[in-house]
Amino acid sequence: MNDDLSLVSVIKVRFGESSVSALQTTADGTFTLWTKTDLVKDLLKFLKTEIIQPFRMLYDLTAIDERRRLKRSNQPESDFTIVYHLTSLDRNQDIRIKVPLIGEYPSIQSITDIWPSADWYEREIFDMFGIKFIGHPNLRRILMPKSWKGYPLRKEHPARATEMGPFVLDDQLREIADNDLKFNPEEWGLKTQNQDTDFMFLNLGPQHPGTHGLLRLILQLDGEDIVQLIPDIGFHHRGAEKMGERQSWHTYIPYTDRIDYLGGVINNLAYVLSVEKLAGIEVPDRANVIRIMMTELFRIASHLVWFGTYAQDLGQMSPVFFAFNDREKIFDIVGAITGGRMHPSWFRIGGVAHDLPEGWNTLVQNFIDYFPKRIREFEKVTIRNRIFKERTIGIGAYTSEEAIEWGVTGAGLRSTGYDWDYRKKRPYSGFENFEFDIPLGKNGDCFDRSTVRMEEMRQSLRIIQQCVNNMPAGSYKSNHPLTTPPLKERTMQDIETLITHFLGVTWGPVIPAGEAMVPIEASKGSNGYYLISDGDTSAYRSRIRTPSFPHMQMLPLISKGYTIPDLLSILGGMDFVLADLDR
Amino acid sequence: MKFVFIIAGVLISVLTIAAGLIYVERRLLALFQDRLGPNRVGPFGLLQVIADMIKIFFKEDWIPPFADKAVFVMAPGILIATILLTFAVIPFADNFIVLDSNIGLLFFLGNSSLGVYSIVLGGWASNNKYSLLGSIRASAQMLTYEVFMGLSLVGVIMMADSFSLRDIVEAQRGGWFVIPQFVGFVIFFIAGIAETHRTPFDIPEADGELVAGYHSEYSGMKFGMFFVGEYMGVTLISALIATLFFGGWLGPSFLPPAFWFFLKTAFFICMFILIRASLPRPRYDQLMELGWKVLLPLVLLNILITGGVLIYTHSL
Repeated sequence: MNDDLSLVSVIKVRFGESSVSALQTTADGTFTLWTKTDLVKDLLKFLKTEIIQPFRMLYDLTAIDERRRLKRSNQPESDFTIVYHLTSLDRNQDIRIKVPLIGEYPSIQSITDIWPSADWYEREIFDMFGIKFIGHPNLRRILMPKSWKGYPLRKEHPARATEMGPFVLDDQLREIADNDLKFNPEEWGLKTQNQDTDFMFLNLGPQHPGTHGLLRLILQLDGEDIVQLIPDIGFHHRGAEKMGERQSWHTYIPYTDRIDYLGGVINNLAYVLSVEKLAGIEVPDRANVIRIMMTELFRIASHLVWFGTYAQDLGQMSPVFFAFNDREKIFDIVGAITGGRMHPSWFRIGGVAHDLPEGWNTLVQNFIDYFPKRIREFEKVTIRNRIFKERTIGIGAYTSEEAIEWGVTGAGLRSTGYDWDYRKKRPYSGFENFEFDIPLGKNGDCFDRSTVRMEEMRQSLRIIQQCVNNMPAGSYKSNHPLTTPPLKERTMQDIETLITHFLGVTWGPVIPAGEAMVPIEASKGSNGYYLISDGDTSAYRSRIRTPSFPHMQMLPLISKGYTIPDLLSILGGMDFVLADLDR
Repeated sequence: MKFVFIIAGVLISVLTIAAGLIYVERRLLALFQDRLGPNRVGPFGLLQVIADMIKIFFKEDWIPPFADKAVFVMAPGILIATILLTFAVIPFADNFIVLDSNIGLLFFLGNSSLGVYSIVLGGWASNNKYSLLGSIRASAQMLTYEVFMGLSLVGVIMMADSFSLRDIVEAQRGGWFVIPQFVGFVIFFIAGIAETHRTPFDIPEADGELVAGYHSEYSGMKFGMFFVGEYMGVTLISALIATLFFGGWLGPSFLPPAFWFFLKTAFFICMFILIRASLPRPRYDQLMELGWKVLLPLVLLNILITGGVLIYTHSL
């Protein structure tokens, strides 16, 4: 808090008293200040470069359509608000800078010259809200098809297909859609030849075995060397953020499972933590430990998929079967505890869905005893294999500075040797009570990313062991009135509890107005749900900050000059999930 | 008449082995990978081969409209033809050989060089960028590995004093060549894997990178020919290793000579499959580097030493 106040005074000294038009208190305690359109660029540049311990990471950049929002106490008038979410890893502090925009289709200065990583974020805002960024080098749709009419996250845009009339793909529409996918190098500022060579343009994807899903990469090749690369994303876009504005707070949980579909309940956690911040719910210890155990199990499961498919990308065909077999063992446990497998949707606002079943500890303990020797085997078979090393050491390397500049989190950041893990730096759900190490790399190349992830599996096992040994007694759900659904024994007492329960499970709980985001350490990097409540049964805006998005944006930078096989190595080593990228 | 029988015998056994390998490889890979593999069709899934064959025969044999038709059709044929021709000079047993040629080994090398055309032409005629990249890689890889595939055999030729595969086997009555020619054996094995472009040297195919490389556009029986051609290539290289380094049909006389030959061949086929199950794929330039910077000096050294030892023992 003192940090925040001193920051305000620094800003006021530099830009004048009127530069900070308002300070906003948020449920998550993140320092939020409002500034003016003409000042914001200088302010951001100042915060990034001029202050001591600067905010070097553009953690998130998004917008809010404020036109139908009712409860905006003390906030400056705004039709659309741009939210810059900066993180300073040195300070371990976040700051949210908001800029009000007035008008139906407003515009604002682009900040791509300050943060190159703002490029995709600004394109996304343009795509979703129709806000123009002046000075953006390539402002075009990123997630939606080129021919899409309207801007989906604007409040007037319909949220469901039934509101839009029947869809017919006639010949004309089909031709337009086909044309949209044609690649025109000049449009992207690419030359088709230089003095010596004619370049070849290779369309890798959307259907390609090496892209792990619907991702299109356009390669400008000189022989097999990559001159330039352009990711074309959005094929997996499902409008998860828009759905968040329609689903009740409770019924949105299953959608979160499918954001990073390998992460399962880790996504639930990021979401319910934000909701609990908004609602002011304290989760009981037992629920916290159960949550930690489940997220760590899913972290291992997610890393196993990465390991198997990465070996597959590098031409080694067996590890994927080993890894998936072991993942199945984790799913057996998950199945026994939650009844689900990949997407159990098991966390609830205020706790988890049920208490742990009888005999859960034997199941988990068996896995803890079994798994370490498998990790050793994986390392022997793949990580220490000479061909694997040749394919990964020195490939796709970046420095800590570059990683922070581009918003890289998770194993990608730690592989550069930068010690940053949200579980340690900003413990949530009681991670501060656990003993575990944060594995670090050194060179930030594909090999270090691999070793970091292998070691993370061991550390996750350690955490799970501590969960098994020290599972606290108590309730698995909070007693808070907004816990959804409430504990059964507290619902059938009298007419009042009956009504509360009935409203909670039919309309859904009414979460107090406010804003909150809790960044967590997901399996692929930092995941967070920036939720804005207008005091309603569903979120006014649910922004999902996913790790794959900035990671993929960095791909052209780290794969330039390498060959196609290296590109596949970099892609696999990045550990992205398409659903996480496109949402 | 006997000649016809031998040809028929060789053809039938080679094609049976190659087809059978579809099943064997899938079952062995499954074993190495903690899963079951095909076990539904017939006893132990043995009829899977027939099911696969029926499927592939009845698949639509589609020629892409943008392909160069004549070359596109010809390419898989070249592969099958060159490999089958090579089997003519392989002695299955003392008198079970189609053509006991005094240039047998050269005939094999010549044919395997011709085999490259099938991949290069197949990739080029497909008129697809992935196929093209695959065939460019294939031609570079084959060119490299042809060189010391030939050179790795020079030691054997010097020791047997003949190009005839039958003479080479006969020369091993005193001891298998794998012992004095161990370096030659290892290099020939590596070159053989590269020649049949099996994992880890499946760089022209590289399914994670180039979709299916040079045969991306092939379907139906034409794809089947590439597929079976690969297995025939594996059989051929295994048979050659058995012949050149492990005494071919020679073995204790309680079993027929042909049996020993098949046994040794089968062993090396399994080695091919085991290697496929265990190794990742190096990058294409790393493969070249290994070839020119490591294997070539080694193989030349091998020739030098073999020659030296031979001259020394002769002069005694």
